[in-house]
Amino acid sequence: METDGHFARKDLLGLEDLSSEEILTVLQAAKSFQEISRREVKKVPTLRGQTVINLFYEPSTRTRTSFELAAKRLSADVVNFTVSESSAVKGETLVDTARNIESMHSDIIVVRHPVSGAPHLLARIVKSAVINAGDGTHEHPSQGLLDLFTIQEHKGKLEGLKVLIVGDISHSRVARSNIYGMRTLGLQVTVCGPPTLIPVEMERMGVRVTYDFDDALTKTDVIMMLRIQMERQHGGLYPSLREYARLFGLNRDRLNRAKPDVLIMHPGPVNRGVEISPEIADCTRSLILEQVSNGVAVRMALLYLLSRGAYGKAAH
Amino acid sequence: MEKLLIRGGHVLDPSRGIDAEMDLLIEKGRIAALGPPGTLLAEEILAAHGRCVVPGFVDMHTHLREPGFDYKETIRTGTAAAAAGGFTSVACMANTQPVNDNRTVTEYILEKARLEGSANVYPIGAVSKGLGGEELAEIGEMAEAGIVGISDDGQPVRDSHLMRRALEYASMFGLPVISHCEDKTICPGGVMNESFVSTELGLNPIPNACEEIMVARDILLAELTRGRLHIAHVSTAGSVHLIRDAKRRGVPVTCEVTPHHLFLTDEAVRSFDTTTKVNPPLRTAADGAALREGLRDGTIDAIATDHAPHEQAAKELDFSMAPFGLIGLETAFPLCLRLVKEGVLTLSQLIAKMTVEPARILSIPKGSLAVGSDADLAILDLEKRYVIDVRNFRSRSRNCPFDGWEVQGKAVCTLRAGEIVYEAENLRERSARTSWSYDNLPRKIVY
Ligand SMILES: [Zn+2]
Repeated sequence: METDGHFARKDLLGLEDLSSEEILTVLQAAKSFQEISRREVKKVPTLRGQTVINLFYEPSTRTRTSFELAAKRLSADVVNFTVSESSAVKGETLVDTARNIESMHSDIIVVRHPVSGAPHLLARIVKSAVINAGDGTHEHPSQGLLDLFTIQEHKGKLEGLKVLIVGDISHSRVARSNIYGMRTLGLQVTVCGPPTLIPVEMERMGVRVTYDFDDALTKTDVIMMLRIQMERQHGGLYPSLREYARLFGLNRDRLNRAKPDVLIMHPGPVNRGVEISPEIADCTRSLILEQVSNGVAVRMALLYLLSRGAYGKAAH
Repeated sequence: MEKLLIRGGHVLDPSRGIDAEMDLLIEKGRIAALGPPGTLLAEEILAAHGRCVVPGFVDMHTHLREPGFDYKETIRTGTAAAAAGGFTSVACMANTQPVNDNRTVTEYILEKARLEGSANVYPIGAVSKGLGGEELAEIGEMAEAGIVGISDDGQPVRDSHLMRRALEYASMFGLPVISHCEDKTICPGGVMNESFVSTELGLNPIPNACEEIMVARDILLAELTRGRLHIAHVSTAGSVHLIRDAKRRGVPVTCEVTPHHLFLTDEAVRSFDTTTKVNPPLRTAADGAALREGLRDGTIDAIATDHAPHEQAAKELDFSMAPFGLIGLETAFPLCLRLVKEGVLTLSQLIAKMTVEPARILSIPKGSLAVGSDADLAILDLEKRYVIDVRNFRSRSRNCPFDGWEVQGKAVCTLRAGEIVYEAENLRERSARTSWSYDNLPRKIVY
């Protein structure tokens, strides 16, 4: 597998500081791995003898499974750790856990944590490569990359496209990673949601902010719907799911007013009937399932690129 | 030591308006005399040429953690850290275990400090029993035992009625109510300042209004009751405005600022280093500018450290679970000396805000080199450049975000009641044991 090599990093913690060359390197590698996933024998020996540890402090079957599948298709050994919230509370610090895991001679640690910055703390301590599989409400870089990959597959390009991200921007790591990646690659991003779900000084991230979904959806090439969390209702952030769906839900009516070739995306899992109505989630313009399968290819690319970095360090 | 002469230093005592080369004679632990260089004699001498001699610093906001949290700090280690920072008096907050909400705990702290302390310890009593925010603590009993103020610091006094009663009741004993201003209902789960940085990092935000709502309420209650209010660790531009206005109206309010709110902004949180997690949170550069303006125009009376030690393990937790707080006794002076360089304060104004001003707020006879007062003083080297290294700290804890900073200025020797309690450099010098005066000898270079 040859890539042009613009990816010399120990860790992937976020898309904030990735250059456009680095992002394009990942997307290009993902394209090659996508082909492998379509073969009859979906396995290559690229990471044979390497150990990938999935360290998940939050239950997330889809992201974990996606990384696991990606690692296995590259012939790596995979160990899954699901740390329940309660044992974390009992006082074993993240630093302790990191040291324990490192003693198992891991090569790559994939970490999901409910608190922003936890993978950064981990990455400072361990020698293994660290992939952030979602930290708090900060970043979810592999999701951002697979979204970019999926858009590119359909539009044939990225630069200049208009993307509308709708929903709970405040609590979305998917939104942040997408915004960083998209801004770097020259896409135009608008975020849309009630003011209670849009954090302060959002515009400084290089995006437009609007509360008017109906107006914004007519001008966009991609609509990315975010999952609304039911708990937020109790925090006074929106009054009811019904009202939320009426103002910010994507339904047939709204879709009819969008561009005919608009792409519909959602990081999943979807609350059908809330942020997205059932018939839309399954319609032809919806890429939700494709996002899932592209996720494996993008994660294979990340594991490959980071393992190569780790190998390079060990060899010299 | 019967008599000790501090020779040749530049004495700076804002409480007396002294700013000159002077010798200072200590007798039996008290300041016995100040005089022009060469006019005073003693057998024991500390050579302070080229150094600045100031009243020992007074920190009105320290967490000594004892009783109950001696794995974070003890009275012994906390006061040792104080001495190393040039502080000779510290007021310690009541959020210990048990809480200092009764005279037994107050007496315990004072006794422990008498036995083990390298600095004078002035306990702050709790406002409410167990810091529960419901019933007043036995303020009168504690006042008799020696508290110098009341505060539920660490927790705000949520209940406005209780705060009103605290201000009224404490006024009977001349005690200030020290308010940790925070409306917790506005920032559920908040861990850092609300700003562009929190937006990018996705950490739960604490807006400036969280503090300012309480500052405004407490000012109104002080106006209503005429009770003495002191706002702890002011961190926002809005708080400075509210306090400035209140002072103009004659409301009996004072306030303090911490070095970390002056010299760090929320940009520091980008490291996700938990030593930058503090309450109130590190704010923006605009807030920092307003705090400086507050210092300049006198709105902000005092500089206090809010020294809040935490064990390493607690600070190794992730950002949301790690406790709030950082330590400041050993870094306060070199950091604040930058205010002089920046032109915010004169050296004399800075020393005032670290000595006589906090002493005045707490009504304690400290922060002055007046003849007859305890010989609590610090000898400062204003030129000394070095790198802050937490491994050298006297504190039991290491949670300091200034580790590795290059600074200038240090307390090289600290004396309490005439006794050396901290000595970074040996300044001792013996006078000649002859009948003629040392001063007739050729001048000796001592540094
Ligand atoms: Zn406080």
